[in-house]
Amino acid sequence: MANSLLKAEHIKISFGNVHALRDVSLEIRPGEIHCLAGENGCGKSTIVKIITGVYQRDGGTIEFAGKEFGKITPIDAINAGIQVIYQDFSLFPNLTVEENLALNTEVASGKKMIHWKKVQEIAREAISKTNFDIDLKAKVEALTVAQKQMVAISRALMYNAKLIIMDEPTTALTKKEVKALFDVILQLKSQGIAILFISHKLDEVFEISDRFTIFRDGKLVATGNTKELDDKKFTFYMTGREFEDKKFEAVHISEKPVLELDGLTMEGAFQDVSFRLHGGEILGITGLLDSGRTELGLAMFGMRRATSGRILRNGEPVVIANPGDAIRHKIGYVPEDRLSEGLFLPRSIGDNIIISEIDKLTRNKIIFDLKKRDAEVAKWVQELEIKTPDPGNASTTLSGGNQQRIVLAKWLACDLDVLILNGPTVGVDIGSKHDIHNILQKLAGNGLAVIIISDDLPEVIQNCSRVLVIRSGRIVKEFQSRDVSEQLIVDAMM
Amino acid sequence: MKKISSVYSKNREVGRLLLIILCWLIFMSLTQAKKFYTMPNFLTMAGQFPEYGVMALGGMLCMITGGIDLSVVGTANFASILCVLLLTRVFGVDGVMPPAFSAVLFLVVILIGILVGSVNAGLVSKLKVPPILATLGMNQFLTGLCIVMTGGAAVSDFPKQYCDLFSQAIGGVLPVRLLVFLAVAFLIWFVLEKTTYGTKLRMYGTSARAAEFAAIDTGKLLRKTYITSSICAGIGGLMMMANYSSVRADYGSNYTMQTILIIVLGGVSPNGGKGRLSGVVTAIVLLKLLESGINRFRSVSTYYVTLIWGVVLILALIMDYMGQRTARDH
Repeated sequence: MANSLLKAEHIKISFGNVHALRDVSLEIRPGEIHCLAGENGCGKSTIVKIITGVYQRDGGTIEFAGKEFGKITPIDAINAGIQVIYQDFSLFPNLTVEENLALNTEVASGKKMIHWKKVQEIAREAISKTNFDIDLKAKVEALTVAQKQMVAISRALMYNAKLIIMDEPTTALTKKEVKALFDVILQLKSQGIAILFISHKLDEVFEISDRFTIFRDGKLVATGNTKELDDKKFTFYMTGREFEDKKFEAVHISEKPVLELDGLTMEGAFQDVSFRLHGGEILGITGLLDSGRTELGLAMFGMRRATSGRILRNGEPVVIANPGDAIRHKIGYVPEDRLSEGLFLPRSIGDNIIISEIDKLTRNKIIFDLKKRDAEVAKWVQELEIKTPDPGNASTTLSGGNQQRIVLAKWLACDLDVLILNGPTVGVDIGSKHDIHNILQKLAGNGLAVIIISDDLPEVIQNCSRVLVIRSGRIVKEFQSRDVSEQLIVDAMM
Repeated sequence: MKKISSVYSKNREVGRLLLIILCWLIFMSLTQAKKFYTMPNFLTMAGQFPEYGVMALGGMLCMITGGIDLSVVGTANFASILCVLLLTRVFGVDGVMPPAFSAVLFLVVILIGILVGSVNAGLVSKLKVPPILATLGMNQFLTGLCIVMTGGAAVSDFPKQYCDLFSQAIGGVLPVRLLVFLAVAFLIWFVLEKTTYGTKLRMYGTSARAAEFAAIDTGKLLRKTYITSSICAGIGGLMMMANYSSVRADYGSNYTMQTILIIVLGGVSPNGGKGRLSGVVTAIVLLKLLESGINRFRSVSTYYVTLIWGVVLILALIMDYMGQRTARDH
């Protein structure tokens, strides 16, 4: 057992009356890839902040590289060889790559003048450790997310890191970039550096990690070898609930299509998209990030204008020039970015639910009928089981899953025929993800026509009756989801 | 107790302003009771604040959207000058205006408001010009137009029956201008609190992008808002015209800053999404009481008024900060 790099035991911390960590332990061995998983608010980030000296623990012991850590300051942690790559990378966007890499060393040297040759040397050495090819003179703000991440990793390696902590590093990466990142992680591992990989994505945990630890509600639930873990157990550990993945079967399909696209084209985004959607169906549209899938969704909702082609509702051509038109034609859209597009975050849950149907909640077409409003809010909070003590609270008080339910409630309250969802469960914890899937399946069962735009393939396969694959703006393939595998879809996407 | 504190937290802006007013009234009663607490003094105040007060009421709506209306003063002068031109054209320089003709003047103001407000809103919603620039441009344009129309001089030859009418106090206690102000305030309170417009306005102010995705007709919403603001500004112009018995392109130029001061002091967030009529009305009254009170001291120059207003604004912001901090600590 002496063979551990980091050993944190019985860690406790509370903020006011909130016990963020009740009693958790985390052990990382040298040179291993360890995955720390758990739903939002389980204490993942808190333990990282304790290990790196940002928070001071209330109880428990921490041992690093055989040495007992008492009170830790951030400098102690760095000197001991602990580095964190935060989600925002903490880089200076207005400086170049080499400046970012050499800045700390140069500042620490205490010299008043900058020695540019030295800067270059330091930077070159830093990137050589990961065989990472980049223009050192490029401004960081001009880099892709993946490149910024590599700069941050290179910088971390400059301090003889023994443990690198990565906080949800794959969130903003494309599939290809994730693969590149994993290669780098494996390379670091071969150099004997331990990685603590924080994630709640199941497939990543399985792919990359040697061992895992899962927290729930500030408590340790499970730790062990990843080999011994499977989907079901993982989900159970994360949520404390067991789920049955119900495969969607479209049963009550309307006779006539409710929505038809006929050669819809938006220059520069998508070309000649045609499909028919019946009530009761869930249609999946999947493709890579820049395949035009989002623009297609926006065009059906009137946020963007198609340049040619037709949209038909119940067989009649309609003009959808703005979201108002879309609602009049009973089409709703759950946007990709819940936080900036889907919700008025600081406003109350109630206001967020009724905002799109607000004009119907009046007396004599003038007076805002607060009784009607409150009744409507109460109805939807109950219907979608939004967990809140008071719908007058701000939407920020809710978790991602419950926030997404507000967005759903907003559209369902408008009594729609077609609901388009773009990335319906991005950033939503597993428990709520299952619930949202169940809600969508139930809605389709009641005759609603649903379109799910998503690149979460298990989600698409499980919930959609048909899947369209869009590549470079064109629909290239249609699958019946009962006889499709993830691999077939991936092949069509690339 | 809980109820009291919740009522207070809901009306924190008004509460702290009332506190300042109370302190000031006590101070005045201790120092200048005889000069300050007189009927004529209060009548004068009630006749003066409506002209910029009504401009602040309209500007408040724009600020709730997260925007701002810097064209109020330009609009006010444009409206009053057009009205004067109309009066002299119809009745002649020395003519007599029948009282009922006031209605026509109000109609002119409403038309100007619709025109100016629509252009402002169009610039903001269609061309995506930041409101501060769009309305600043509009203000320069209108002021320039006024200068061209009047040659830059004051115009004081026009039928004055209108001024007399608007400067009256009904029964000697209720100035007509105050009455108009109250009517406008009631209308704005009504649309803000009793119709869906208020909710939409505050939601839009919280996040314009989310508002678009929620299928709020944002163009229409902004149009209504900026038109209301311009009409309010025009009514303010009518009041100035009555008060000064003349019109000029640069009357009331310090009202631009003053209205913004009032709006922010009244608890409207410059970031949008937050604001209530009661706060703004209290702020209007507070500023007038301060100004009038200071003028009672012979030794204090009126130049100090601006300085003291600045102090009040900063004081209010500090109180707001302290209040929010204690609210967070609980």
